[in-house]
Amino acid sequence: MRPSAVRLLNILVPIKRTVDYAVKIRVNPDQKGIDLNVKHSMNPFDEIAVEEAVRLRERLKDEVKSIKVVTIGPPKSAETLRTALAMGADSGIHVEIPDSAPSPEPLGVAKALRAIIQREKEQGGVDLVIMGKQAIDDDAGQTGQMLAGLMDWPQATFASKVELDVTKNGANVTREIDGGLEELRCRLPLVVTTDLRLNEPRYASLPNIMKAKKKPIEKLTATDLQVDLTPRLETLKVTEPPKRQGGGKVANVDELIAKLKEAGIGPVSA
Amino acid sequence: PHALVFLEHRAGVIDSASLSAVTAAQHLGGKATGLVIGGPDEVPNVVQQAKKLKGLNALLHSTSPEYSTPVPEIVSPLFEHLLAKDSPFTHVLSAHSSSAKSLLPRVAARLDLPAVSDVTSITHDSSDGATTFTRPIYAGNAIATVRAPASIPIKLFTIRATAFSAAATSDAAAEDSVLEPIAVTDPPTQHIKTDLTKSDRPELGAASRVVSGGRALKNAETFKATLEPLADILGAAIGASRAAVDAGYADNSLQVGQTGKVVAPELYMALGISGAIQHLAGMKDSKLIVAINKDPDAPIFQVADVGLVADLFEAVPELVEKLKQQ
Repeated sequence: MRPSAVRLLNILVPIKRTVDYAVKIRVNPDQKGIDLNVKHSMNPFDEIAVEEAVRLRERLKDEVKSIKVVTIGPPKSAETLRTALAMGADSGIHVEIPDSAPSPEPLGVAKALRAIIQREKEQGGVDLVIMGKQAIDDDAGQTGQMLAGLMDWPQATFASKVELDVTKNGANVTREIDGGLEELRCRLPLVVTTDLRLNEPRYASLPNIMKAKKKPIEKLTATDLQVDLTPRLETLKVTEPPKRQGGGKVANVDELIAKLKEAGIGPVSA
Repeated sequence: PHALVFLEHRAGVIDSASLSAVTAAQHLGGKATGLVIGGPDEVPNVVQQAKKLKGLNALLHSTSPEYSTPVPEIVSPLFEHLLAKDSPFTHVLSAHSSSAKSLLPRVAARLDLPAVSDVTSITHDSSDGATTFTRPIYAGNAIATVRAPASIPIKLFTIRATAFSAAATSDAAAEDSVLEPIAVTDPPTQHIKTDLTKSDRPELGAASRVVSGGRALKNAETFKATLEPLADILGAAIGASRAAVDAGYADNSLQVGQTGKVVAPELYMALGISGAIQHLAGMKDSKLIVAINKDPDAPIFQVADVGLVADLFEAVPELVEKLKQQ
């Protein structure tokens, strides 16, 4: 029996394997997608989410009972799970989809996450989901909000600060909004999506990488979860953005001012 | 088609990005109804402005003290009610703003519908009920063309404001009607406070001229001292690269780039900015790009119309002086 006075938190962190942020991507000539034979790593916003979960445990100690990471993706996504386990998560779930399958949409992913949260009920449930505000491949930025909607849970998007109050069953979250910051008070269970300034993710140490190899990863399929991951939107094509003709140079400030004048740009009258 | 356009406002003025959303709705080729929500002290004034927007056939407005600092948990039920069975609306759109980005996907999931983010062009085919969108992916390094077929009864999407012009005002006023707010008992989220960065300058996202600084500005003091005189004389907003923001030279609300603001002003001046992919994604649609950088090989020069290889601490003050003399 868990002691009734202290609440114990179970944290779920959904993560995605994406093309590495430093790779200059190339659109395939058939316009069906981009060249994926390049370096991949964990979506940077998801790394921030894993880091935040680990820091919450460092702060709250035993009040955090478990940190589970989950990914929905092709076989190679298992590597991304290992990275998160090396950062400090306890266990992983891999909802494996075939390499040939189309990439699932945010709504499909949110439904799979809902199914996972429902499965977790037997093990004490999920109190907090922390995930990236967007993946840097499709840039949709929807999954967290959709999951919160499906669960009818509160949501705090674009978080730059998360303060948990376990005894009061709530969290104060500072969010980055257009033109400034906003602070919300949310009840648990809660979905938080991370913004860049929430933290700086750690590098896993070699001993932790070794330890991570022994941590459990459960393998599931969409069928196990009874969710349909087939996209409902059709991607007709993927093309290169229009190229900008740059490269014009001037030799000095006077020539620069002449160019501005040419474009009809001058000082504003005081 | 019949579009519902979510109109956001701040300090009694409709956001310029929402004006772009009204224009975007015209691309569907059907009717458009605006939706204004807010507190009792804001709505009447905003409704007067919204009624006169060219392109809106009707206007709905819903007033509640709870809507003055709206959180998605409280606003979503109103949308769900509006879009329930037999709703006249075929499309729901808004600007890709921080609040709509939080709200629309939640609403979509509640209605078991997918959503499309950050749309830059729209075509609708009335014969088959399908809408086709383009949207940037991979930080704008690729453009996806996405089709939402008729099997998606209501298409929800957010638009990139810089891709659509702002709707003009007309003399005619659209008919407005009251939409009863939907009360949420015991909401799970409470708004505590909002801190907006105060500035006398034009708002970065809407400014026609932007002066941006990068890591080469050295520190917060030199960032201010170098950029502000130039921004003053040009009447420009100030922006910053992610590197400058992360280094603490500038507030994060000033960040231009894929993870910050996407801008497309008449003039964009990049000072001491090398031109990382992330940054270029946020400004490459600007009309005239001017770059000043010490490093002749900086990638920013590949997209700049006017490049000057120079020490910005000499070139910028000289530029300010010479502009003053004009």
